[in-house]
Amino acid sequence: MRLPEGGRIDRSQPLRFTFDGRAYRGFAGDTLASALLANGITLFGRSFKYHRPRGLLAAGAEEPNALVELDRGPGRREPNIPATLVPLEEGLVARSQNRWPSLRADLASVAGLAAPLLPAGFYYKTFIGPGREAWHRRWEPLIRRMAGLGRAPAAPDPDHYANRFAHCEVLVVGAGPAGIAAALAAAEAGGRVILCEAGTEPGGQLLATPEAMVEGQPASDWLAARVAAIRAHPRIRLLTRTTTFHYGLQNYLCLAEALDRPDGLRERLWQVRTARVVLATGAYERPIPFAGNDRPGVMLAEAARAYAGRWAVLPGRRAVLLAAHDSGYAAAFALADRGVGLAAILDLRATPPPDLAAQAPARGIRLLAGHGVAGTRGGTRLTGVLAAPLRADGVPDATRAEAIPCDLLLMAGGWTPDIQLFSQSRGRARWDAALDAFLPGESVQDLACAGACNGSLDLAEALAEGAAAGRGEAWAPPPRRSTALPARAIAAGALGARKAFVDFQNDVTTADIALAVREGFRSIEHVKRYTTTGMATDQGKAGGLMGLAVAAAAQGVDLPELGLTTFRPPTMPVNFGTLAGRHRGPLFEPLRTAPLHGWAGARGAEFEPVGPWLRARAFPRTGESAEAAVARECRAVREAAGLLDASTLGKIEVVGPDAAEFLERCYVNALHRLQPGRCRYALLLREDGFLYDDGVIARLAPDRFHVTTTTGGAARVLHLLEDYRQTEWPDLQVWLTSTTEHWAVLAVQGPASRAVLAPLVEGIDLAALPHMGVAEGRVAGIPARLFRLSFTGELGYEVNVTAGQAEALRAALFEAGAPHGLTPYGTEAMHVLRAEKGYVIVGQDSDGTVTPDDLGLGWCIGRAKRDFIGKRGLERAGMQGPGRRQLVGLAPDGDWLPEEGAQLLPAAEARAAEGHVTSAYRSAWLGRPIALGLLAGGRGRMGERVFATRRDGTPAPLRIVPPVFHDPEGKRLHG
Amino acid sequence: MLLIRCPWCGERPEIEFRHAGEAHLARPAAATDAEWAAYLYERANPRGWARERWRHAHGCGRFFNARRHTLTDCIAATYAPGEEPPP
Repeated sequence: MRLPEGGRIDRSQPLRFTFDGRAYRGFAGDTLASALLANGITLFGRSFKYHRPRGLLAAGAEEPNALVELDRGPGRREPNIPATLVPLEEGLVARSQNRWPSLRADLASVAGLAAPLLPAGFYYKTFIGPGREAWHRRWEPLIRRMAGLGRAPAAPDPDHYANRFAHCEVLVVGAGPAGIAAALAAAEAGGRVILCEAGTEPGGQLLATPEAMVEGQPASDWLAARVAAIRAHPRIRLLTRTTTFHYGLQNYLCLAEALDRPDGLRERLWQVRTARVVLATGAYERPIPFAGNDRPGVMLAEAARAYAGRWAVLPGRRAVLLAAHDSGYAAAFALADRGVGLAAILDLRATPPPDLAAQAPARGIRLLAGHGVAGTRGGTRLTGVLAAPLRADGVPDATRAEAIPCDLLLMAGGWTPDIQLFSQSRGRARWDAALDAFLPGESVQDLACAGACNGSLDLAEALAEGAAAGRGEAWAPPPRRSTALPARAIAAGALGARKAFVDFQNDVTTADIALAVREGFRSIEHVKRYTTTGMATDQGKAGGLMGLAVAAAAQGVDLPELGLTTFRPPTMPVNFGTLAGRHRGPLFEPLRTAPLHGWAGARGAEFEPVGPWLRARAFPRTGESAEAAVARECRAVREAAGLLDASTLGKIEVVGPDAAEFLERCYVNALHRLQPGRCRYALLLREDGFLYDDGVIARLAPDRFHVTTTTGGAARVLHLLEDYRQTEWPDLQVWLTSTTEHWAVLAVQGPASRAVLAPLVEGIDLAALPHMGVAEGRVAGIPARLFRLSFTGELGYEVNVTAGQAEALRAALFEAGAPHGLTPYGTEAMHVLRAEKGYVIVGQDSDGTVTPDDLGLGWCIGRAKRDFIGKRGLERAGMQGPGRRQLVGLAPDGDWLPEEGAQLLPAAEARAAEGHVTSAYRSAWLGRPIALGLLAGGRGRMGERVFATRRDGTPAPLRIVPPVFHDPEGKRLHG
Repeated sequence: MLLIRCPWCGERPEIEFRHAGEAHLARPAAATDAEWAAYLYERANPRGWARERWRHAHGCGRFFNARRHTLTDCIAATYAPGEEPPP
């Protein structure tokens, strides 16, 4: 019911919205929760496991029950949002969750189906032994239908998200009274200040208590003046609707700012590095466990006060207060002053403080000291409570219960300081017996806690502490004495209660925790995981401490003996979109393209990702299949000439008087004898002796080498070489420069390649350039490094020009090559051609457990060398010998293509593999499928048959053959 | 996100760096199989202060050593290769 006046709502701005399809009206300044409450809605959702009707418990971030789905259109459907945190806006569409067919008549609840199914540890019990079978058959389908919360959005998120870095001297988290005092004091002291507040406006508790007096002023006046000063201050940045969800090392904090701008900018991630932090995160009121404490209408006392004070909504007409803490009286009296009838005060304490006790009769309110609640009445709405005197053991005596009609039950269970961020900062919590709470202990970072989160519940104390923290000064609280009933004692009286909820969101009761303890769980971390208490999206903000208290009571130990579970980021759920920011879609990962990428695209190339690169896979003609294109490209290379953009090859320029010595120590090859003008196929190992990368080392001059790496290996090879250069042999005079993107590489391969190049080459005797030779000159007038290399088995050249000249070279080559049938080919043809020739690809035909000899590349190793990386590793036992898996060719019997990765078996029915297929292609040139594989003792088994596993069939036979299928004598290479 | 002090470039965010394993491992000139296996595979992996190598991969490209607490991620010191670790 909305009060005719008051509250921080703008009655001149009515807003329309819907909940479960029905239209309602609220005002600007409302939350979805306050607006629905003003419309008389008290049933907000169904609980996670038991489908129990649930209403509002709280008014802020700790709300566990009133989770709704917001729907802003396709891709903008958002589940599990506490209605208490949703600012009302025009046209808002919200729906309740976890109910069928409707919220009011939920069948799973009516039938009481779920309740007996899901005791503590249900999942663990079900997964053990024969239960596993039942899980799949019976439980999982059932639970999937019944349990759960919202639905994930199905369409891509059309909104966008921003990211911002910020630096400041003081970051103040929480703009309640303590945070406001801290921010102003810090700014006056001269620093840049960021003040962030999760809610829509600063003020914290003062927003809910307009009747309070602050430093001699009404709270609203005090607040208005302070907020104006903050907004006008040149050194304070105020961020509202901004949740600080992560507190990292070195005072690095992450904030999520909700923007919801019309242009689609939804949220902004702030990454803040600050000299100091002031945490003024406040405290959460504790719910009290008793039978039926989750019935809609049972609410935290301070939350009810906030609905009345801040939003001018009365959450009920006739209330009962259940108090374990003095603060409940002020809240209840404030509600009474606004028109809520206060039927009775049940105080769990035998002797409430006399000053409070005196006020109740003065207001004409019954005070029942030493009383608790033995049960609640009502269906989807509270209609009454059973007030019962407590027995000596703290349990309400149901036999002497008195029914008191009411539609609102206020719980005042005491306060739990919000130390989540303090915990994340790696500070240690300490137990404060006087306040019956964990408080921030010693900090390990430059931070201070102020206000209720540090136990300063009194307003004047919070202001003084906040100001001191803002200035960076120490502040000692006055001695504290609490008259509250400790949580441990409250819990002891509720262990045997039926359906006394501790964690409302995950549906965990005192009985569940007691059962876990009876089953032997002692550590609070185990109790937490077994019962799932505190593990819902609210992270136990409301019920966490009471969960500890119940576990302590069930074990008969003191609460601090159990310790505190760990708080991990995020403090509140954060959108993936906010974390990802702009890094999605094409910006998810930078994509590298080769110099001829644009031309290849225009030629209709199909592309494929290769490491971080996008490469042209094939150049199908109009109407031509990809397979036909690959076959045609292969034939062109074998019969005439083809052109491949091989620019993605990694390249490193190795220069210096000790360059040869350095490479000699790194690579397995004997490179000292390599003459300028010559190249060598070279292998790089790790210290353990396994193959790391391969490439070509070309000596351009005595002190200059051009080294290539695999496309994917460029960065890690440079890293490894730099490691040895800098840390192992810093005395060598050698420098390494990555030149991968400097050089474009156009490979011209095939019997006609020399004829294609001949008219374009200047300054190089092309006919005299031997296989594995290199020379510098001009090609098509462009300065070039010309290599005679082959990765196809044919006569071939690789022309290196600076990347900016690649297009000009490409045009000249195709012009000169047209009469010879020069054909562009892609990576797939390159793969087929190299496999026909038995050339390996590191990372495909090798996997980090392969030695050079395993691949038949033992000839690369310089036998006389004293040392190289991996030499000692190769000498270990087991690194040689006939039993190792060796590279072989595999010829399938019949026309079927083995699958890369297929296991090789000695017989069709064998169970143990002795190798696997590493490469397999349909070779149009050979007219049959071919494969390469690693096979135990393979080189000694030529002509034998092995069987390759197949995904959908029985293993099929292949004949073991030498890995070189095409031109084994190498005549064409040297042609 | 950690700030790491490169001995040459100063404090930079951790995404500019690449971890490079335990520091102060000497590559033996001669070793038995057991010694060599220990060099390859056995690492201190302490719970507490560790000495490890980092490379300012997206900066100056240089390797350096750091003394880092594996529990708190606190980096007490960074120093050039070959230098004695600070106490």
